Amino acid sequence: MSLIGVLAILLILPLFLPEYYIAIGIEIFVMALFALSFNLLFGYTGLLSFGHAAFFGTGAYACALTLKHISSSVFLGLLGGIILSSIVALIIGFFCVRFTRMYFVMLTVAFGELVYNIGHKWVSLTGGDDGLVGIPISPLRFLFLPPFNLVKLSNYYYFTFVCVGVSIFIIWRIVNSHFGYVLRAIHENSERVKFVGLEVRRHQLLSFTISGLFAGLAGALLTVFEGMVSPASLYFTVSAEPILMSILGGTRFFFGPIVGAALFIIIKDAIQTLTEFWMVWMGAILVMIVIFLPGGVVGFLHSRFLISFSKSRIR
Amino acid sequence: MSLLEIENLCKSFGKLAAINGVNLKVDQGILTSVIGPNGAGKTTLFNLVSGYLLPDRGNIRLKGEDITGSQSYEIVKKGISRSFQITNIFPDLSVLDNIRVGLIAQFKKNFDLFHSISSSEHILKEALNIIESVGLGDRRHYKASILSHGERKILEFGLAITTNPIMMLLDEPTAGMNKEETDNTVNLIKKISKEKGITVVLTEHDIDLVFSISDRIVVLNQGELIAEGAPKEIKANPLVKKAYLGED
Repeated sequence: MSLIGVLAILLILPLFLPEYYIAIGIEIFVMALFALSFNLLFGYTGLLSFGHAAFFGTGAYACALTLKHISSSVFLGLLGGIILSSIVALIIGFFCVRFTRMYFVMLTVAFGELVYNIGHKWVSLTGGDDGLVGIPISPLRFLFLPPFNLVKLSNYYYFTFVCVGVSIFIIWRIVNSHFGYVLRAIHENSERVKFVGLEVRRHQLLSFTISGLFAGLAGALLTVFEGMVSPASLYFTVSAEPILMSILGGTRFFFGPIVGAALFIIIKDAIQTLTEFWMVWMGAILVMIVIFLPGGVVGFLHSRFLISFSKSRIR
Repeated sequence: MSLLEIENLCKSFGKLAAINGVNLKVDQGILTSVIGPNGAGKTTLFNLVSGYLLPDRGNIRLKGEDITGSQSYEIVKKGISRSFQITNIFPDLSVLDNIRVGLIAQFKKNFDLFHSISSSEHILKEALNIIESVGLGDRRHYKASILSHGERKILEFGLAITTNPIMMLLDEPTAGMNKEETDNTVNLIKKISKEKGITVVLTEHDIDLVFSISDRIVVLNQGELIAEGAPKEIKANPLVKKAYLGED
């Protein structure tokens, strides 16, 4: 019920909000998907990726390149983003899952830097520092319906809402599937998983690839929104964002990263209007969260106010 | 042909020969206990057979098939499951989900991404069967970590059955249990292994218990097999008395 309420509010919001806040809403949707993709790997599988910008940025670039050179259809652009980011995740994951703990983390950092440098230095393809601008975006056409202009902010709000909503639903299905329970078990005790007869790495690799796929979709959605892409989308600070959002919201709950992304962006926006040193304040808030609300905001609401998130609880 | 055949098995950790030239045959349906003082190599032997460790030399065959150096998950699929001396379960999953994870593997549903685990009636049914049969029925929705020590050991035994094994290596299945729990557990192991036709090899520190439940006893000392035979023979064996029971 409460979920339907939230969805209803999100659907009518653009009718009342000024454009500025509609844009904030789109950013929240995109980052919520990004954070959720990260937490599929971290919260469910127990693998900390510090290089998720590689997939986010790859999705963003692949979408831009598809729109620029192949077709200005947004669906094809997103598809291009998804395909390339999952291929990149499959390749990077293949090497990373061979290592555990700190070595795994370090390898994701290294690959993240590698992909950033490719994006930054391969000027003929990516435009280097300038990135790719002036990306053509044609309106959506469904049969006999009038064309749906995605450049219009409120239209794109609904478009992202649907894309992210469907993605969240798919991820929800995956984490509650048979495979999802194997991932939880791997997180808990990967050694024991081997002794029920399962090869751990293949499951980790599939989780890694799915995570990269949705991170790439988030990046691609951002490209369409901004009409451009720059190497900033591959930078390591972008890798940190889904981590911070997940911690803020709570990594032990399915909805934690989504709530975290929303809070992160709203707080960031509020502080930015007061001071340009928003990162200092954001850092302070995150430190407080880690110290006083180690379960994140969702974890806190769950335990303190008995607002039941139990269905979405990972462990 | 014996079910399990171990030939000249060796494993050293640095200069310490943890298992040194062990030869052993285990026949189908024979409850075999491996005993020996601390550091005799009992757990190392289990670790080698279950693929947790790689042997330096020697051969391990299951039903005639060479499994030496196979990955642990492959050995499980071939029919050897195990439990650990230090309880090894999924502590933050419920009892039911612990068992379900094992069954997902057995039924090869591990790459099923789209069917919710709660929609899988036959896995649920089979899981509840196992949970009932080990006597954890009223605990099925408890998180594994809040179970008592004895219940966690039992849960691990249940987890070891989920793989539908032909042989089970139980490393001190009753460690840390009181007398009553120990008796219940032993009866449970005997009952279930008989029902399901699982050949059990176990290690155990309680010597009286070992002599009362085993069909066959294997004695290790400093990595070497010093005696094997029926409980009566072992009791009478002077080598065993000297090395293990500390009598002259």
